[in-house]
Amino acid sequence: MTTVQKRPVPPLAKPRPAKLPVVAERVLDNGLRVLAVRRRGVPLAELRLRVPFAGPTGRGGRSDGHAFRAQAQLLGDTLLSGTATRTAAQLAADVQALGGQLSASTDADRLGFGASVLVSGLPGLLDVLREVLTSATYPKHEVVGERDRLVQELAIYRSQAAVVAREALLSRMYGEHPYGRELPTAEELSEVKASQLRSLHGKRIAPEGSILTLVGDLPPSRALDLVETALSGWTAAGKAVQTPPLPAPPDGPALLRDRPGAVQTTLRMSGPAPSRTDPDYAAFGLANLVFGGYFSSRWVANIREDKGYTYSPHSQVEHPPAGSRVTVSADVSTPTTAAALLETVYELGRVATTPVGQDELDQARRYAIGVLALSTASQAGLASTLSQLAGAGLGVEWLRDHPAQLAAVTVDDARAAAARYLAPNRLTTVLVGDVAQVEAPLRTLVDLEVG
Amino acid sequence: MKQPRARRAATKGPVRLAKAASPSYVVERFSLDNGLRVVLSPDTSSPVVAVAVYYDVGMRSEPQGRTGFAHLFEHMMFQGSASLGKTEHFSHVQGNGGTLNGSTHVDYTNYYEVMPSAATELALFLEADRMRSVAVTQENLDNQIAVVQNEIRVNVLNRPYGGFPWLMVPPLLFDDFANSHNGYGDFVDLESSTLEDAQAFFDRYYAPGNAVLTVAGDIDSAQVRGWVEQHFGDIPARPVPERPSFAEPPLAQEKRAVEHDRLAPAPAVAMAWRVPDPADLATYLPYVVLAEVLTDGDASRLQERMILNDRSATHISGYLGLLGDPLDARDPTPFLLEVHHPEETSLDAVVATVDQELARLASDGLELPELDRTVARMTARYLREVDGVLGRATTMSVFEQQRGRAELVNELPDLLRQVVPAQVQEAAATLTPDTRALLELRPGTGEDA
Repeated sequence: MTTVQKRPVPPLAKPRPAKLPVVAERVLDNGLRVLAVRRRGVPLAELRLRVPFAGPTGRGGRSDGHAFRAQAQLLGDTLLSGTATRTAAQLAADVQALGGQLSASTDADRLGFGASVLVSGLPGLLDVLREVLTSATYPKHEVVGERDRLVQELAIYRSQAAVVAREALLSRMYGEHPYGRELPTAEELSEVKASQLRSLHGKRIAPEGSILTLVGDLPPSRALDLVETALSGWTAAGKAVQTPPLPAPPDGPALLRDRPGAVQTTLRMSGPAPSRTDPDYAAFGLANLVFGGYFSSRWVANIREDKGYTYSPHSQVEHPPAGSRVTVSADVSTPTTAAALLETVYELGRVATTPVGQDELDQARRYAIGVLALSTASQAGLASTLSQLAGAGLGVEWLRDHPAQLAAVTVDDARAAAARYLAPNRLTTVLVGDVAQVEAPLRTLVDLEVG
Repeated sequence: MKQPRARRAATKGPVRLAKAASPSYVVERFSLDNGLRVVLSPDTSSPVVAVAVYYDVGMRSEPQGRTGFAHLFEHMMFQGSASLGKTEHFSHVQGNGGTLNGSTHVDYTNYYEVMPSAATELALFLEADRMRSVAVTQENLDNQIAVVQNEIRVNVLNRPYGGFPWLMVPPLLFDDFANSHNGYGDFVDLESSTLEDAQAFFDRYYAPGNAVLTVAGDIDSAQVRGWVEQHFGDIPARPVPERPSFAEPPLAQEKRAVEHDRLAPAPAVAMAWRVPDPADLATYLPYVVLAEVLTDGDASRLQERMILNDRSATHISGYLGLLGDPLDARDPTPFLLEVHHPEETSLDAVVATVDQELARLASDGLELPELDRTVARMTARYLREVDGVLGRATTMSVFEQQRGRAELVNELPDLLRQVVPAQVQEAAATLTPDTRALLELRPGTGEDA
């Protein structure tokens, strides 16, 4: 449009490094590990509690993984439905009155609590947490009501194309392993009884192996004392169960699942990725960014900013404890489905077989270092980051050491990591779309299983 | 700056919020000769900075035949500017360790970066460059029309409950095109958008005098003021468009409509009322509190009754503003209640229960402890939002733009605390069946009925 003279982009000032948070730690007599950090700012405290909660592999018999998952799901959803002294509504009102919010949920590896509260309400919130951990009652009316509600919510959840694709992908990658199905079916839920939840609670919600992280505007020693006062009486004798090892990644054709009339195809490709403690981690992280892990990547430039096939292509890494994975995601318009897959495979192949540019690598490196600092710049962000690190067996020093690892990654390191983890023939592919329109074009590119 | 802290110990009863729950962020403001309003809020606790630019134009300003244009234009602002080629804005921000985005709302369009504070001047330069001149080519326009269409597909057309209720309620609740049209855009309108439209939209609405710039975080005010003058100061002033009134009278009688959603497995209903002009916070905030009394958590009126007790609903939410932020829209704006329910519960039963609970609040009011606990959590949630530099910058921007008062960032907790039970009761009394819009979402195509 208007012609205006170009101006030079200003240089950066000298960076002011973030101070490494000081983490106070105490292991209570019951085995609970407590981490506390003072972060001045708003008068709030952020709490995260991780309780190991893995289930078995396989189905049928005494160690039915699917039955366990159904129970665990409902346990997370009804844990706050009543204690020895409070009904569900009383508990909710008490937490609200403290300026607090408290939630609990389970996944294939753990039970997680998240809470935030006005600092003035922290003792009260810890008292509620103590009651929940030591005397949750799982009232029959609430369990049955929540079970029915969950069946409805799951039906709504599973009506989303992204969920259909995720469930198909995880099932294909992990089979009967607990990671193969994150959520129960209506039938499995209908088998769950309140008495089973009470029994599961007693066996598995134990302080040994659990980690509580507290970040807020209060002295760490006071935070530790408050937690110890509230939770030292939590003495369940259960044992932490580790998630079973993952099966080998599957071979086989891409899976195409029908969504008749869909105006977009939901494309997902996924495979194993290095964990945070793997020597490949930093190099892989940068290779993934260069490929498609942020907006300024090759894949986004190609299929969005050049060709307009999609709105939000993204290559994301998740770190569940039994094995990390990378997942390449894009929702592409139906007529461009095959072309989008072609470009995706091309960009994966390119990053896996040809050197990345030094400039691309440096840009990805600065991004990775920068967003790590941003992620700890609020109380909530710092609490979540520290809790995740602790769950992976890492301490706060990782926030200092990881940037140094990123700084050391070379072009060759990045290519080697990409070849190991992003080569398209190593990834499991799932597409959800209108089979009538996309099957034939897709078959020109890949072996396809329709089902 | 050290923040004052609440000192009250926990009690079994509700915490009466002391004034100490208010934050005390620094607010400094100045204007440039070209009309740009600037808010600075230094806070050196983390070496990060948020830079936000709010243009006073949103979906409401779109002309007939150009639905979705404000949002499409937001995309164009990332496609190149006076000194930057396509994708360079992204690479300068991300490649220096930052994140960025933009979003289009009913009454404004915003752009922001969160960066290491060493990149403050860079972020200001980038925003100034595209305020000075946006550089769009036909190729980029065509590309972004395709991208926006894919955004609508993923968020609306290929998604169950897509656009429910934010795209479905306005045509029922409002009559004026400005308030009632589809702000995401009709595909025909999007495809017929031209470069001339883009230049005209930029010239008219992206004048420096129509914008607020906020910089919050690890900054030195004097230095940032110098950078702002250096990079934004020579952008020529342009006339600032007068914002027309979009006010409409309340509905004279109930209006109902049915939408069929072939992807949805279960029914849902949205109820919407027009509320008093948000400009008058004393009249408006009781409605914001009312939404929470009704729907925030297991101890709220509707959730306790419908989800916990009689199980007539599976999901309930209540909020002010089409996009769920009560303090980011001007008049007119809706109060919305959204209920997802099982097939076994009839629509009539759901509506009757909601009416009963509203009537009960209107006749009996509520006790102070219920109000206090509601406001306690609202306050904590608000503090959590402004704890991050981005939440703080965006909150201050919209307060400054719409109310000329970024200081509200610190004052809001006290204003919430001043709401009394009688005001919530009076607000509930206005949400009657005869002034509401009721949108029913039915699963299926509607063809087998």
